[in-house]
Amino acid sequence: MTVELISDQGIAPDARHPEESPLAIRGMTVSYGQKPVVFSVDMTVQEGSMTAIIGPNGAGKSTLLKAALGIVTPLAGQAKVFGKPLRSQRHRIAYVPQRASVDWDFPTRVIDVVLMGLYRELGLLRRVRKTHLDKATSCLERVGMADFADRQIGQLSGGQQQRVFLARALAQGADLYLLDEPFAGVDAATEKAIIAVLKGLRADGKTVVAVHHDLATVHEYFDRVFLINTRKVAEGSVAEAFTPDALDRAYGGRLATAQMDRAAS
Amino acid sequence: MIWDALTLQLGYNATLVTIGACFLGVAAGVTGTFLYLRKRALVSDAISHATLPGVGLAFMAMVALGGDGRNLPGLLFGSAVSAGLGLLCVNWLTRRTRLAEDAAIGAVLSVFFGFGIVLLTVIQNMSAGRAAGLEGFLLGSTAGMLWNDAMVIAGGGVLTLVLVMILRRPMSHVAFDPEFAASSGVNVARIDLAIMGLAMAVTVVGLKIVGLILIVAMLIIPPVTARFWTNRTDLMVLISGTCGGIAAWVGAALSASAPSLPTGPIIVLVSFAMFAVSLFLAPNRGVLAAILRHRRFQRRVHLRQGLLALAQGQPIYEAFTLRLLKRAGLALSDGVATEAGKARAAKALRDEKRWELVRADPLFESAAALYDGLREIETVLTGDQIDEIDNRIGGPKGVMS
Repeated sequence: MTVELISDQGIAPDARHPEESPLAIRGMTVSYGQKPVVFSVDMTVQEGSMTAIIGPNGAGKSTLLKAALGIVTPLAGQAKVFGKPLRSQRHRIAYVPQRASVDWDFPTRVIDVVLMGLYRELGLLRRVRKTHLDKATSCLERVGMADFADRQIGQLSGGQQQRVFLARALAQGADLYLLDEPFAGVDAATEKAIIAVLKGLRADGKTVVAVHHDLATVHEYFDRVFLINTRKVAEGSVAEAFTPDALDRAYGGRLATAQMDRAAS
Repeated sequence: MIWDALTLQLGYNATLVTIGACFLGVAAGVTGTFLYLRKRALVSDAISHATLPGVGLAFMAMVALGGDGRNLPGLLFGSAVSAGLGLLCVNWLTRRTRLAEDAAIGAVLSVFFGFGIVLLTVIQNMSAGRAAGLEGFLLGSTAGMLWNDAMVIAGGGVLTLVLVMILRRPMSHVAFDPEFAASSGVNVARIDLAIMGLAMAVTVVGLKIVGLILIVAMLIIPPVTARFWTNRTDLMVLISGTCGGIAAWVGAALSASAPSLPTGPIIVLVSFAMFAVSLFLAPNRGVLAAILRHRRFQRRVHLRQGLLALAQGQPIYEAFTLRLLKRAGLALSDGVATEAGKARAAKALRDEKRWELVRADPLFESAAALYDGLREIETVLTGDQIDEIDNRIGGPKGVMS
């Protein structure tokens, strides 16, 4: 079998087989009602990379992630995880939904939320043992929230809530991490803590994909970008795909010039 | 009399009803918790009203087949089928049309109930004698309860409890964060169906005792009561089940001890009494606790403002502030600061300056995040850090209270 080699900077050795990519999306189309939110999108995530999904509001960023995870049913298209169907690879995926998607007055403690990440291990009936608690606690430590284990989740600040969500994803012990706007509405200390954890994951050879809003931090945080506005606009390393031209196409000229200069500089 | 009833010494029928009701109460409280957490409490109202046509049709079918129309398992089976149908209707209307869930519930509830009442009226007219007791499903009737009936109810309650215990983990995951649950492989639609199915089972089992109109109360009031007392899902399930069980036991016993007290409504009232007590007296989430917390906060704000006014030599106009300062021995009734008041006022003013610096300096970011205008700065910064800030402010050192 001949393998098509595409020269690309920062390419991971085993990403040369596109079918082995941690996440390969083909022809993904999702619509709510009659209006497609995501239309025929292809995406190939490179192993060991940190990819930002970027686009204007309503461009289908979150929907693309949800379709890849099977949370919403696509109209057409499919996603393969590490070259295999999603169903058989769920244990290799961790997901951090948008913080605002849940009710934070829910009667549960921080440690219980993190334990939810161990559902695949615990199943229906297995009792929560000390090893599970230790695991959950160490995940909280990684995001600097170990002191909050027994707090009710409603007592947390927005940034702390986000870190708890990240700890739950860490507990899943996955190889591919999908995050939906992890930096939305969090304080600077949290942002630093989260990016440190994500870079740590990459250093361990894990793959990170995050929906991201702040164009100013793309260079600093990510090595690859995926620009989307219902359709795919650009995909590649930050240097080659995160260009003023591509941003202009993604945002349809709605982006303030000043912000674009800052982002692309 | 009431003690006899509570300790099951009031005769065979009363004992059967009390035990049956208790199983039902526990099952309803436990199941209702997940319904409440999933914010689908009202769906149980649609389910319960949708049981009525099934009761009527089952009666007709059993009579037509030459059997006893009042056979309880038969009637419950009929009610389960029509409740299931009602549930599917609500689901379908919500998913496939532009109707919101509340509208779908209203439509299904009223149509099924109306149809059920028509059937009941027809049955009464076609065979007046044998239909007696069928209206009992509206508000429950425990008068002629048989051993077999009680067994059906208790058995149904236990089965529901076991199923809830098996499914509690995915059910609470779906209730808290359905998207995350779906991403980790939980079939959210199926779990939702299971929650509704369990609520349906409780409803059907409870028809005989509390009736279809009031069963909603047994599903909703205990979890709402439990929510006042805990911030943990597992404990909430436990408390809710206990509340439901106690309310049913006490309610059934109360109604058995007096000749004309209906069982179902009394159970609901006992349940409500427990809710009312929790609403007012629960720590943290109760009304009384909230009022006390607010008053305490208000006092702190006034005291702080008063101290700052003293420090800056401004007059204090608010009588409440003055009263607080006086009571604390910080000021005299004419608004002049005492020695203690002067010291505290100087400290308050100093703290304001310290906070100002802390909040402007990115180095103290995490400390600044805790600023609320009232917090003592010593609770956030170490002595060394405060010294450093004081150095920057200049002026006298070591102003502490």
